[in-house]
Amino acid sequence: MGRGMTGTLAGVDRGPALELPPHTSAVGRSLVAAAGLALVLAWAARVVELRPLELLRDSGNILVFLKGFLRPSFAHIGEYAWQAVVTVCIALWGSLLAIVLAIPLGILGSRNISPHPVVYHLARRVMDLLRAVNEFVFALMFVTAVGLGPFAGMLALGIHTGGVLGKLLSETIEAIDPGQVEGVTSVGASRLQVIAFGVAPQVAPNFLSYILLRFESDIRSASVIGMVGGGGIGFYLWDTIRSFNDSEAATVILLIVAIVMCVDVLSSRIRRFAI
Amino acid sequence: MKTIAPIFRLEHVSKHYSSRRALGTLSLTVKPGEFVAVIGRSGAGKTTLLRCLARFTPVTGGRVYFRDDDLATLRGAALRRHRRRVGMIYQQFNLVRRLRVLDNVLIGRLGHLSGVARLLALGRRFPSADRDIAARCLQHVGLLERAWQRTDTLSGGEQQRVAIAKILAQEPEVILADEPIASLDLANSEQVMDTLRHIATDSDLAVIATLHHVDFARRYADRVLAFRAGHLVFDGPVADFTDAEVQNVFHEGRPAKIADEALNAIGALEWVAG
Repeated sequence: MGRGMTGTLAGVDRGPALELPPHTSAVGRSLVAAAGLALVLAWAARVVELRPLELLRDSGNILVFLKGFLRPSFAHIGEYAWQAVVTVCIALWGSLLAIVLAIPLGILGSRNISPHPVVYHLARRVMDLLRAVNEFVFALMFVTAVGLGPFAGMLALGIHTGGVLGKLLSETIEAIDPGQVEGVTSVGASRLQVIAFGVAPQVAPNFLSYILLRFESDIRSASVIGMVGGGGIGFYLWDTIRSFNDSEAATVILLIVAIVMCVDVLSSRIRRFAI
Repeated sequence: MKTIAPIFRLEHVSKHYSSRRALGTLSLTVKPGEFVAVIGRSGAGKTTLLRCLARFTPVTGGRVYFRDDDLATLRGAALRRHRRRVGMIYQQFNLVRRLRVLDNVLIGRLGHLSGVARLLALGRRFPSADRDIAARCLQHVGLLERAWQRTDTLSGGEQQRVAIAKILAQEPEVILADEPIASLDLANSEQVMDTLRHIATDSDLAVIATLHHVDFARRYADRVLAFRAGHLVFDGPVADFTDAEVQNVFHEGRPAKIADEALNAIGALEWVAG
């Protein structure tokens, strides 16, 4: 009696050494992919003029620049603070517009609940378009359409983020449990009823968390969209940096950091409370 | 003996998924008050039959009539009306897990709402009459005190009872139950089957249930439909469903295997011809 003849293995068939069924190794393919990636990165480094040594050589310039920032000026703090409030308002209304756009687009652009394949593809392409065009490009367009100011910035943010949120919503809807949806369909519910009872409860937590994430990102975008005339604190950022007014620029940047930190803390509170 | 109008009438029904035959040619009727057990191994076509009856999937051959409706012609509102009249019970319950228990029962009322009530229901506000019905149905399955709990906090057996409360609220004319007790323990299985049996007898409703357990079929059903590789191999009163028949349905002896191949060949011929 040899080893392995007792216990669970006693009943397992014993014979000559077995060979596992053939399979292809993934190592070769990974090596080729890694080599390809290295080539692309090396070429891209030349394109972006990647010269890390210059950071050291020019460190003197950078120190002079930083010194200005160590002495923030509070001469115009009232005006900057008001512009910070404007910035938050742009992000708030931009996010609201984005949600209003994203819900119908996301529903129509989900393969599993879209009423028709043509509608599905149409909604997907519209969302692609909204996401492909950067919010700053939209802002430049809206500045010509509705004039300089926060309204143009809010429209630009809302429309771009609407595409992003719509895409995220449709991905979430496509991943839901079809059984729970069928449980609602099976009582003879209409399409709207199925969405309200079978789909919405399943996607609500993820959608809320995506909205909060995008709101944080909208705050960051709103803080610079003034550079292209979209209103808010961004104009002052642009103005003070361009005129080498380092201590004023420092105040503006500190304010932006403060807003972003506040919103991040707030949204993580909401997330913990709601999800 | 007076004749009762059938609730379902199937005429030469078959179902193919691309070229694979899921259901062979079959003709039968189901009457109100009948408790029909559908028996067979996995993949024998039991679930396909139920999905065809609920019109979740169209048949590829023959006709299915519900009362006087030809299911193939139903679209839009008429199809939703059919689904309201046909209640479904699932192995995995298919309740909306994040909703409260009461909301899941109220879902059963969705097909009955009209006008403003229908609009308000989208915001989960139901007329008091419908809320009362839902509460009574929950009481009937003994889960009224769980009304405000989130559905996924309930055990499997409790969730299946919620699903039954939902179907009671739906007021269907027939119940299709797809493996209603396959995920439940013995006590819960008996409670669910008792409730379904009472619905069939008291409300004169037809219940068509696919079952794995022959014992449960024998205890609760009036009639057995046994499927094997998509073909109906037994249709008769439960008393005639003998051990020999069970053997024939579930175990592939040599003679049975030959019978299978013959059936497959017939099926293929039918498909080519039809």
